[in-house]
Amino acid sequence: MALEIIESCVNCWACQPLCPNDAILAAAPPEYPVFRIEAEKCTECLGDHAKPQCAEICPIEGAIVNELAEPLNPPGSLTGIPPIRWAAVQAEIAAR
Amino acid sequence: MDLPVIGNSVPKPAGGCSAGSCGSTAGQMNGLPDDVRRKVQDHPCYSEEAHHHFARMHAAVAPACNIQCHYCNRKYDCANESRPGVVSELLTPEQAVKKTLAVAAHIPQMSVLGIAGPGDPLANPERTFATFRMLAEKAPDIKLCVSTNGLALPAHVEELARHNIDHVTITINCVDPDVGAKIYPWIFWQNRRVFGREAAAILIEQQQQGLEMLVARGVLVKVNSVMIPGVNDEHLKEVSRIVKAKGAFLHNVMPLIAEAEHGTFYGVMGQRSPTPDELKTLQDACEGDMNMMRHCRQCRADAVGLLGEDRGAEFTLEKVAAMEIDHEAAMARRLELRAKVNAELEAKRARAHAPTVPAPQVVTLHRPAKTAQGRAVLMAVASKGQGVVNEHFGHAREFLIYEANEAGARLVGTRKTDLYCSGDDTCGDGESVLEKTIRALEGCEVVLCSRIGFEPWGKLEAAGIKPNGEHAMEPIEEAAMAVWREMLAAGKLAQPAPERKRA
Repeated sequence: MALEIIESCVNCWACQPLCPNDAILAAAPPEYPVFRIEAEKCTECLGDHAKPQCAEICPIEGAIVNELAEPLNPPGSLTGIPPIRWAAVQAEIAAR
Repeated sequence: MDLPVIGNSVPKPAGGCSAGSCGSTAGQMNGLPDDVRRKVQDHPCYSEEAHHHFARMHAAVAPACNIQCHYCNRKYDCANESRPGVVSELLTPEQAVKKTLAVAAHIPQMSVLGIAGPGDPLANPERTFATFRMLAEKAPDIKLCVSTNGLALPAHVEELARHNIDHVTITINCVDPDVGAKIYPWIFWQNRRVFGREAAAILIEQQQQGLEMLVARGVLVKVNSVMIPGVNDEHLKEVSRIVKAKGAFLHNVMPLIAEAEHGTFYGVMGQRSPTPDELKTLQDACEGDMNMMRHCRQCRADAVGLLGEDRGAEFTLEKVAAMEIDHEAAMARRLELRAKVNAELEAKRARAHAPTVPAPQVVTLHRPAKTAQGRAVLMAVASKGQGVVNEHFGHAREFLIYEANEAGARLVGTRKTDLYCSGDDTCGDGESVLEKTIRALEGCEVVLCSRIGFEPWGKLEAAGIKPNGEHAMEPIEEAAMAVWREMLAAGKLAQPAPERKRA
């Protein structure tokens, strides 16, 4: 079991020092444009913390996913912006 | 009738506020004890007087944040935007020190290095303190400061004190967790994400404790607050009273920036920003209790230069790498310039305090009838620094807003504008940009600038704003007072201000 950081990561470094297993690698563009989790080191913080630390501090909804590709912080869960509202506003901006 | 010659020299008549906590430009400095004045006299973000003469830069070394604010979205950073939390280039401490030294060598007015993000400096303590440690070694003349949300402040007060950090800004938007729950959706605290009211309560407790600890150590604390209409606008009066009572030195109430394009909660949900008038009314209301900052430009977390200008593009990593710099000579130039400016300002203050010509020994049997005093007038000033009227109307990216009345002229705010005369082929758009500028100057009756074109002159007059280019290169307060006295003499100040048009 391991978590994964996907391309929506903004490289803010918040997760990196929190990992109890030192499993998080900084971005190294162009090959690695965003942060990564070394799957073999990741324990999802079992035994160390009640919740995975990277996902607990990550400010970007959807950027950290589990092995089923489910986001630990689904849309709307961190910003409080309802996904419908978000989509409507983005469509309105695109139409300008 | 006794009118002051130089606006900023005259003490305010007894009013709602105590001397030193408000008043005119120089008044902000005059009321301070000498040791405090020395600490702020060349810090543009702590002294309004200094901001005309000294420059600062923000080193973007702190990307991580430990809280979420509804006015911030870390995902949407753009080089064309100027607002806190936005940077173009994240720096390592080594890169930051190199850049700071390059800036300080090219801009001798540079007196302060601040770390303000783009996340929170104290959520990145290793990077923040490594930057301070290295810079203090190489350029000991540069003041260091941080701007924090306060969550990790109590844990780092000792270390801040160890690094001789004299200035700390804490963003405090509320002292009531119910208000805080509408501003902060979550914080990261003791290894878990905490939401809502519980999160706000923890944050508020840490901010207040941090403020008290810093004050106890003699560190100057500025409090920033974001004014969010309908959320914390009324509440900020209480915030101002409390932080003042706890020893904060200066309170900076800033308007919310919220655009849907920024992807922030407030932007997307349609929360509006305050009007300039609402902002000023709140700042005025807080001023009875607190020394208020009126010259903040809400700059980016990688801003470079005088407040109101951003020369960051001249100092990208690539450009800095190519620069050859004699650091010792650069420091000598800075010290020389600082001594010169401070001597000039000191002389100006001394003139302001000099005893006036002794009053003639005349016994008046009748008190002269009190002449009706004129009302206050808002004036927009185009200036590119040094505290003088020295910018062409069409080149101004921002206007300083001064309020002139019988007690003198003082800065009450700033307003940004799109550049009216960009000088390229987008000039065909000039008219609409001019209209926007005129709207930004709502409530002002006069524009002071070094020069102004024929066309904008006519449009400004038509909008009820009188352009004035007669005071080019004069100190702003003197120019504003000269215009105010002219208006008074012409009988224009007996009536209330013309009805302000609402945007």
